[in-house]
Amino acid sequence: MADPDLSAVFAEEWGRVVATLIGVTGDWDLAEEAAAEAVARALAAWPRDGAPRSPGAWLTTAARNHAFNVLRRRRAEAGKLRELAATPVRTDNPDERLALMFTCCHPALPMEGRVALTLRTLTGMSTADIAAAFLVGEPALAQRIVRAKRKITEAGIPYRVPPEHLMPERLPAVLAVLYLLFNEGYSASCGPGPLRPDLTGEAVHLARMLARLMPDEPEVLGLLALMLLHDSRRDARVDARGRLVSLEDQDRSRWRAGDIAEGLALVETALRRRSPGPYQIQAAIAACHAGPATAAGTDWAQIAALYGVLEGMAPSPVVALNRAVAVAMAEGPEAGLALLGELDGDERLGGYHLLPATRADLLRRLGRDREAADAYRRALGLAATRADREFLRARLSEVDPPQ
Amino acid sequence: MRYMLLICGTEPEGPPPDRPLDEETLAWAQDLKTEGVRVFGSRLRHTSTASTVRVRGDDALVSDGPFAETKEQILGFDIIECADLDEALAVAASHPAARTGTIEVRPVWPTPI
Repeated sequence: MADPDLSAVFAEEWGRVVATLIGVTGDWDLAEEAAAEAVARALAAWPRDGAPRSPGAWLTTAARNHAFNVLRRRRAEAGKLRELAATPVRTDNPDERLALMFTCCHPALPMEGRVALTLRTLTGMSTADIAAAFLVGEPALAQRIVRAKRKITEAGIPYRVPPEHLMPERLPAVLAVLYLLFNEGYSASCGPGPLRPDLTGEAVHLARMLARLMPDEPEVLGLLALMLLHDSRRDARVDARGRLVSLEDQDRSRWRAGDIAEGLALVETALRRRSPGPYQIQAAIAACHAGPATAAGTDWAQIAALYGVLEGMAPSPVVALNRAVAVAMAEGPEAGLALLGELDGDERLGGYHLLPATRADLLRRLGRDREAADAYRRALGLAATRADREFLRARLSEVDPPQ
Repeated sequence: MRYMLLICGTEPEGPPPDRPLDEETLAWAQDLKTEGVRVFGSRLRHTSTASTVRVRGDDALVSDGPFAETKEQILGFDIIECADLDEALAVAASHPAARTGTIEVRPVWPTPI
């Protein structure tokens, strides 16, 4: 796809076309094949004849015609053929994409299958690109998608937006997939670079889609806000040599003001619904970081209080660790160290480099260099990415200069 | 669609109960039968009464005990008829044994005979 405008149109319309075709044919593979065929035809026709006025309707019609022809060839599918012929082309039926999203993120599917299927069917990201983003081989990734689709068909996972009584369980499942996708791009768990902008971009794209489809769900708005506020720092988080830059050292002029403004407005809209949830609270914390013009202006007491609320909603040792950091900033390193002491025995944090790294940082601030150096070394032994290790090595050399 | 619920859990110790279903499970089964959801099902006898058989070449090998010597065993099963997996999962979640054990929900592959 040479033309970036066309690429944007296809990225926008792909999920809609696939979702509509699954709704009509019930055949996931055929829906994807038809969407791909429609894109191929558009690539041939649009540069020649000019883009149609309604690209989505054009693509849906082309895809439907292709599916129609395939099904006609498969005579056994006579029943489906009648249904297909009778179905008018819908160009803007948001429910189909929503049904697709909920089906791809069904809790009966394995997490990796949910992620791969969501990316493939809703964003049109190629199997090769998804495989590259998750550092797995293409055949393995394709297998995940095949298995997930097979389970949907054979186990009878319904293609629909779940009824109201299942929403409290199913909506978090969808949000979890989108958030995992975002985090995988934002702080890649493995690989050479700390960021995978392709994944964060797709996660934001999907969260935006979901927010448009479910504008009354405050947690959906909260998740989108959270993503935007984090992602606004993408240009400042990594220096010219590919190393992570800590929040306080980032050049705030490089934060994206548009993302921040949109994120802050979304947090406010969501919280006004008075139905707070973990994503809204995390977004509110991100807003505390994004708002002030300087790091020194950060309201750490407010952040510590929000982490306390979050701990009440979704207890986790990582949240407790973050609260300790905020308390250290608000009340001093000693108060933070005391809270860290409570986390020492927690097995869930046993391999988590940020626990010793945080302790090291607080000890460094207290001038206890030797203890800080020991903690930095422990953190170095646990850090999985090159960016994290380089950051820790730089800090270690501050408290324990090489002789 | 038809699903099989495999009721899995730890077998109760001590003497076996004198009837297959306790009152709560009986009421569960009756409700579902009335709704036309439960086709049939049963508790299975203790695994100490299980036998396994394998034919290798000309020899039929019979041995004592269940297929897998694990702490958790299949204690019973139910065949249910549901519209989709969500409905089957809801039925499984309503089984009294779901609170103590685990219910595996498996789609039945329709066979012509």
